[in-house]
Order: sequence, then C-alpha cells, then structure tokens
Amino acid sequence: MRDVAVIGVGCTEFGEHWGISFRDLFVKAGALALEDAGVTGEKIDALYVGNMSAGRFVEQEHIGALIADYAGLATNNTPSTRVEAACASGGLAFRQAVTSVASGMEDIVVAAGVEKMTDVGTGASVDMLASAADREWEGFAGATFPGLYAMIANDYMHRYPLTREQLAQVAVKNHENGAKNPIAQFRNRITVETVLNSSLVADPLRLFDCSPITDGAAAVVVVPLERAREFTDSPVRVLASAQASDTISLHDRRDISTLDATVAAGKRAFAQAGLTHKDIDMVEVHDCFTIAEICAIEDLGFCKKGEAGRLTADGATALGGEIPVNTSGGLKACGHPVGATGIKQIYEIVSQLRGEAAGRQVDAEIGMAHNVGGTGATVVVHILGA
Amino acid sequence: MSVSRFWRKIPQRYNLVGTKCTTCGRHFFPPRSLCPDCRRSGNIVDHQFTGEGSIVTYTVIRSASDQFEHTTPYALAVVELDEGPRLTTQVACPIEDIAIGMRVKSVFRRIAADGESGTIHYGTKFVPVE
Repeated sequence: MRDVAVIGVGCTEFGEHWGISFRDLFVKAGALALEDAGVTGEKIDALYVGNMSAGRFVEQEHIGALIADYAGLATNNTPSTRVEAACASGGLAFRQAVTSVASGMEDIVVAAGVEKMTDVGTGASVDMLASAADREWEGFAGATFPGLYAMIANDYMHRYPLTREQLAQVAVKNHENGAKNPIAQFRNRITVETVLNSSLVADPLRLFDCSPITDGAAAVVVVPLERAREFTDSPVRVLASAQASDTISLHDRRDISTLDATVAAGKRAFAQAGLTHKDIDMVEVHDCFTIAEICAIEDLGFCKKGEAGRLTADGATALGGEIPVNTSGGLKACGHPVGATGIKQIYEIVSQLRGEAAGRQVDAEIGMAHNVGGTGATVVVHILGA
Repeated sequence: MSVSRFWRKIPQRYNLVGTKCTTCGRHFFPPRSLCPDCRRSGNIVDHQFTGEGSIVTYTVIRSASDQFEHTTPYALAVVELDEGPRLTTQVACPIEDIAIGMRVKSVFRRIAADGESGTIHYGTKFVPVE
C-alpha cells in the first residue's frame, strides 16, 4: 500500500444557489481544486463523486458520466464513478479515491461531492432525506430524519446528564465558527435563547438544532505521497481511512445513543495511524443535529459517555479550546449539501493544516473528519496530518 | 409507495407477523429472511407477535413530509416488543402523555394515503395499555 497525500482542495460557497445548476456547482468546485493543486484535467486518472440523491432532487442519475462530461474530461474518456452512502457519500468518495491511489491502480485522482437540494420544496426534501433511514419500517410509520435524531436525544437525555441549554450551545458554537468562514451558509452569531425560542421540529429538537437544506460542491485532489512534491510544497498526508456499517434502522441498534459504527470506524482509524485521541488537534464531526455532535465527540473517544454536554458548555470544543470541533461551522452553520459534506470536511482540515483558515485558524498539525450516513448505518473517519 | 410494494407486506403491516429463527430462538420484527446471528445455519419461520411492549424512546413530530403533514403533531416511538425485537411506530395517545417505559399494545389503524385517489396505507400503531 502506498502513502497518499492531498495536494489541492476547492469548495463552492454553501447556501441556496437558485441561479446555479447541479453540474455548474460541481464544475466550480473541481476547477478550484485543480487550480489549487496545479494539475491540468488531462493528467487526472479518475474521478469519484459523492452524491446522495440527484435522482430525486434534480431527476438526474448517471452522475459520474455527467460530471466527467461537464468537467471537460469526456474527450479523455476519464473514468468517473458516483459513490452513494446517504449523508456519508462525500467521505466515502474520498475513501474510494484514497483506496485507489494507495493500491497503485491510479495516481492522480479527484474526490468530489455535490448536492443540489433547493430545486424541490421542503416537504419533498424531508421525505427524500428519510430515505437515508429504513424506508419500509421507519419512513412508513411517519418517521422523519429529525424525528429519528430526536429519539436519540430523548434516549440520551433520559440516561445521561445533558441539559437543553448545553445542547443549544453546540449550535451557538458552530454559528460562531461559521461567522468566520467565507463559504458558510450561515455567518450570523446566535445565542442559546435563539435556539430555545425557535420552533419545535421533533421534540426536543428545535429548528436551530437542525442543519439546513443546502446547495454546494467540494473537490480535492489526491496523489501518491512520493509524487506530492511535484505539485505542492504543503502536501497533507492521509494518515488513516476507515469505514464501518451498522443496522439501517435506529430501532435495531445495540444502544440508541451510541453510534457503534462511529466507535468502530474511530478505533480502526486510530489503529491505522498509530495515534490516540490526544494526538488530534481538531475534528470535523457530522453534526446534522446538535445531539449528533454530542454523540460523535463521545463515540470517537474524546470524552466519556455523558460528558460532551459539559465539555461543550465549558468551551473545550470552541476555537481556542482543548479540542476544537467543527471549526468550519459544521453542518449546522456551514450548511449540509448531503453529498458534498464529507469532502468539505477534508477541505476544512487541509485549510487548517496549511494555515489558511484566517479568522478561524487553530494551531493544528493533525485533523480528523467524521462523516455519517443515515442515523449511523455508515460512518467514515479520516485522519490527516501536515 | 407502489401497490405491489405495500401489498406484499400486508400480513406484516396489518397483523404484526414477523419472523423467528428456530436455530437460536431470536425473534424479528420488522421481519428478516436471514438470521444475522446464525446466518446460513439459521432457519426462519413466520411468527405472530402478541403486540405488547414498552416505549424505549419517543419524539413528537411537528414538521413532517407531505404525506404526514396533515396529521402533525403526532407521537412517534421505538417500542420494544415483549418477545424482544424493537420497531418504529406511531403511538395514538395525547402527545403530552407519552413517556419512556410506558406500556403499549398494537392496534390496526390508517397510517397514510398516496394522495387523493391512491392506495390507503393501513398498518399498526400502538396505544397505551389501560
């Protein structure tokens, strides 16, 4: 297996892009990544594109070919593969690219993610996102995606010390970080009262506990580490790439409040890299809902079960804290174009490790990305090092 | 949901017919055609559940997909059946009454419909045990 490095990254602004199409979002992110990497299109050996549901959002399947075509690579006949694992599609696309380069099969590979969500109404979006869980036995009964995470929150709060205010603090902290991120969908600061006064979506989760509906795309270029210096003076090494599965339904989990796939992927990643949680300087976790960030911090091993609420309230996960979590603003404030999120996490970590994160810069040499599909049925964890 | 997709699971959706592995004795609802513990050594047969259980966790859905929007707010729960397996279900009770640990039993109810003229989806909800 060869060592792998990231040599370039690009990301569109996240938000409601009424004027930009699905394919143009991707083209923009891809061009930024190639520009950053100093690579021209004809050098690319393969593309892996994370996308959850273009079929239902913009009625387009066969995304791999579409992307290759509009990226100007159809004339080169460049292989292009769509990768899908619901909200973990982006992280999984990155893992496919890393696996391919590590194996020696391909050398210069683009991993990307794209989602165009605002071309359908909110009701249709809610219905679509419920497909990330078990359609037949959760969706049929009337379960929404926020509803499933709300059931995690109620189980958690029944068993562990977590106050409603501590939960709100996750969103407050992520908006604080988002305010310093030029690509973030929400760059406004909020207070605990903003969260507690927002409307209930699924008890106990309120509107400001939930990540938004977003359009966006992100792309990164990976190469064998031994070739990285041909392109850049600041390659970022991939120290670990891990993935784990769990039951598709929340009701079949061993423990409602623990994402066993996060625990497994986290352990595998630490073992691959030969590191522990103490070596990680920053982490981008999958905060599709505030409770998801609480569970992620614990399930990745940064603290014991039941302690993440206090850790958040004490500021340990804020920019200047012991372990900064979601410096990008996370899914909550940066936005959550589902297929693009996992690649945006890599974009954020590379920006931080290269010292290019400006107002939200933290002192970091090693970063971790945690990307979740559904309510925890797929989890992808990566560790990157400067 | 297409007619055939709904129709093929009518016994399961209407009457809480799940499955059981006769090798290890584990029960499954929603039904499984492969025992995840015994895999190919397992032997799966249908099993009629009694329909009694307890609420493990719950929420109240305030914002739903188009198909369920007119029924909001409604209580949704993970129920652990007395035979062991857990499922996701609506609980037909005043939303302020629902609580973790509450004893419930299954009832036959209308769940949703495909628009004005499409299939009406009947199935199982749960109600508090008196």
